[in-house]
Amino acid sequence: MARRGQRPQTVSGVAMRRLILIAIPYLWLFALFLIPFAIVLKISLSDTVLAIPPYAPQIDLAAGWQGIKDFFGALDGENFVFLTSDDLYWKAYLSSLRIAALSTLMTLLVGFPIAYAMARAPDEWRPTLMMLVILPFWTSFLIRVYSWMGILANEGILNQVLTWTGIIDSPLQILNTNTAVYIGIVYTYLPFMILPIYAALERLDGSLLEAAEDLGCSRTSAFWLITLPLSKNGVIAGCFLVFIPAVGEFVIPSLLGGSRTLMIGKVLWEEFFSNRDWPVASAVAVVLLLILVIPIVLFQRQEQKQREAEG
Amino acid sequence: MPQTVFAPWNDPDEKPLISFQGVTKRFGDFTAIDDITLGIYAREFFALLGPSGCGKTTLMRMLGGFETPSAGTILLAGQDIAPVPPNKRAVNMMFQSYALFPHLSVWDNIAFGLRREGRDKAAIAARVEEMLKLTRLEKFSHRKPHQISGGQRQRVALARSLAKAPKLLLLDEPLGALDRKLREETQFELMDIQEKTGTTFVIVTHDQEEAMTVASRVAVMDEGRLIQVATPDRIYETPDSVYVADFIGDVNIIEASARQSGDKVSLAWAEGQLPLIATTTKTFAPDQHCWLAIRPEKIAISAERPKAANALQGRILDIAYLGNISTYHVALPSGQVLKAQTANTRRIERRSFTWEDEVWISWTDTAGVLLDK
Ligand SMILES: Nc1ncnc2c1ncn2[C@@H]1O[C@H](COP(=O)(O)OP(=O)(O)O)[C@@H](O)[C@H]1O
Ligand SMILES: [Mg+2]
Repeated sequence: MARRGQRPQTVSGVAMRRLILIAIPYLWLFALFLIPFAIVLKISLSDTVLAIPPYAPQIDLAAGWQGIKDFFGALDGENFVFLTSDDLYWKAYLSSLRIAALSTLMTLLVGFPIAYAMARAPDEWRPTLMMLVILPFWTSFLIRVYSWMGILANEGILNQVLTWTGIIDSPLQILNTNTAVYIGIVYTYLPFMILPIYAALERLDGSLLEAAEDLGCSRTSAFWLITLPLSKNGVIAGCFLVFIPAVGEFVIPSLLGGSRTLMIGKVLWEEFFSNRDWPVASAVAVVLLLILVIPIVLFQRQEQKQREAEG
Repeated sequence: MPQTVFAPWNDPDEKPLISFQGVTKRFGDFTAIDDITLGIYAREFFALLGPSGCGKTTLMRMLGGFETPSAGTILLAGQDIAPVPPNKRAVNMMFQSYALFPHLSVWDNIAFGLRREGRDKAAIAARVEEMLKLTRLEKFSHRKPHQISGGQRQRVALARSLAKAPKLLLLDEPLGALDRKLREETQFELMDIQEKTGTTFVIVTHDQEEAMTVASRVAVMDEGRLIQVATPDRIYETPDSVYVADFIGDVNIIEASARQSGDKVSLAWAEGQLPLIATTTKTFAPDQHCWLAIRPEKIAISAERPKAANALQGRILDIAYLGNISTYHVALPSGQVLKAQTANTRRIERRSFTWEDEVWISWTDTAGVLLDK
C-alpha cells in the first residue's frame, strides 16, 4: 500500500519541477513583456487630460467592482481612429519600413563579405577579427552616433578629406539627410548582421566546397550552390535582427536625419515628449508592435524549421 | 578456355592510367610525400595502406587536384594533370567525411555533378536512377542526408562520385565510420561495383585487412614514401622489408647473420643455438645482418621433436584464444618469444597444450622470408 502511494507522489514531484522550469521563462515574458504591453495598451485606450499622469481614466480600486466597471467603460479606441485621420502616421510607418528594409539590405551587402572573409581567415586570426566586430559595443551608442555627426557634417572629417583630395569643390550635404540615417543604421547594426552569418559560414565544412568542385563546379558556382544556401539561416537571422529594431529606431533618425526624415520612432517621441499626448504615443507604439509581430512570427517559424531540420 | 589473370602491371605493353613521376609534396619544410614514382593501371582496385599521417590523403588530393605537387609530375592517361583544375578532371573523389550537401536530397546530391555537365533532364534522371539502383538507395531518394543512416550516407557519397562515370574514382577511407559488419559487407559491395562499372578505384585505408580484401594491388606507405607495391598475397607472403612484414598481419622477426650456400642460408641467430635454415632468392654476403620473418600460422607446435628443417624447444608462456584459432606464445631458452598459431579443430577442453608446457616449435626452410632491411 505504502509503495503504491509513493509512485504518484514522485511522478507529481517530477511534474512539479518540470512545471516550474517551464514556468520561469513564461514568468519572465509575463513580467517584462506582457505587463508593460498591457500598461501601454491601457494608456492607448485612454484620453488625454491635463494632469499627472496625463491620461484618464485611472483605475479606482477603492470603489470596488463599480470602479473597475467604470474604468473599463471609459476606455475607447478613438486614439487608433485618430491615427488613421492624419496621414502623417501611416506615412511615417511606411517610411520607417522602407528605411529599415533598405538599410537591412545594405547591411547585408556590407556584412556578408565581412562575415565571409572572417570565416575564411586563418584560425589564429579569428578571435581578433571577432573582437574587432564586437569592439564598438564597448563605447556608448550615443557617443558613436555623435561621432558620425562629426564625420558627416558639412565641415566634418569626410568633407574635409574629400575637399582636400580635390574630389569635390563644395562640401556635400550628408548630415541631416536620409543618407546619413542609412549610414548610421548600417554602421550600428552591422555586428548583428555579421555574427549570425559568420556563425553559419564558420560551420560550413570546407570539404563540401571541394566536393562541389570535384563534381564540376567552378569556385563561383560552388559559392552560389553551396555556400549561399548553407548560410541562408544566418542571413535570415541577421536580416531580422537588423530589420526589427531598425523600424522603431529613434536616436539615429533624430540625430543624423533631417527634418524631412520621417520615421515612426521620431513621431512617437514627439507625441510623447513634445505633445505630452501619452495615449496617442501609446497607440503609435501598439500599432508598431502589431506591425513588427508579423516579421517576428516569421522569424520564429524559420528558427523552428531550422531546428527541426537539424534535429 | 583458360581464364586470364588481371595483372596489367606485369605486362610491359600496358600503359598505366595514372603515373606518378618523382612526385614530392612539401608543406612548408615538412615533406608529406617524398619522391614517389608509381603506376596505376586502368580497371585496377588500388589500395594505399599506411599508418595515419603517412601522406595517403595528400597523395589522393593531388590526384583530385586539391593539392599541387612541389616537384615531379602526375600523368593521367598520358597527360600532365598539374594545370587541370579539379572541376575539369575526369576524376571523382569520395571524401573521408562523405561531404554530402546537407541542403540537398539524396537524389539531388547524386544529380549534382551531372547537372554541372549540362546534360538534359531525362539523361540526368536516368543516370541518377541507375546509381540509386546500384547502391540500393531507391527508397531514400527524397530524404536529406541527415535523415539516413551512416551506411546509407556512405552509399550516397559513393553513388554521387560514380554518377559522372569518372575514369578514376578516389576513395579516402570510405568505410572508416562504419562498424565492422557493415564494413565487411560494404567492402564486397565496393568490389562488386568496381567490377560492374569497370572504373579504376584508388582506395585509401589504414586497415590492412580492408586493403587485402578489396585491392588488386596494395601500396604500403610510410612517412611519405612507398615501401612496397604488390598484390595482397605477395605483400603478405613475400614482404620485402621488416616494416611491411610487421605492418601487415602478425609476424615473428628473428635477427641473425647469414651464411649462404646456393639458395640455402644458414642463420646464426643466438649464442649456443643451432643455426636456422632458410631458402632465399637474394644473395647475402657472409655474416650479413638479416631478418627472418615468419608468420605464426607457418610455425607448427608439437610435443615431440618433429623432423623439420628448423625445430626449437620452448615453454608456453601464453595462449591467445581467438575462437577459430589459438596463438601460442613460446619462450625460447634464448629469451626470445615466438608466436605459433594453430587452428582449433578440437574443442578447447581437449587441446593438447597448456600454459608452462615444454613444446617443440618447427617450420620448414621455405616457410619464412629472409629480409635484408
Ligand atoms: N595543408 C597541410 N598543411 C600542413 N601539413 C599538412 C597539410 N595536409 C597534410 N599535412 C601533413 O602531411 C602529413 C600527411 O597527411 P595526410 O596525407 O592527411 O596523412 P594520412 O591521410 O595518411 O593520414 C601529416 O603529417 C599532415 O600533418
Ligand atoms: Mg587521411
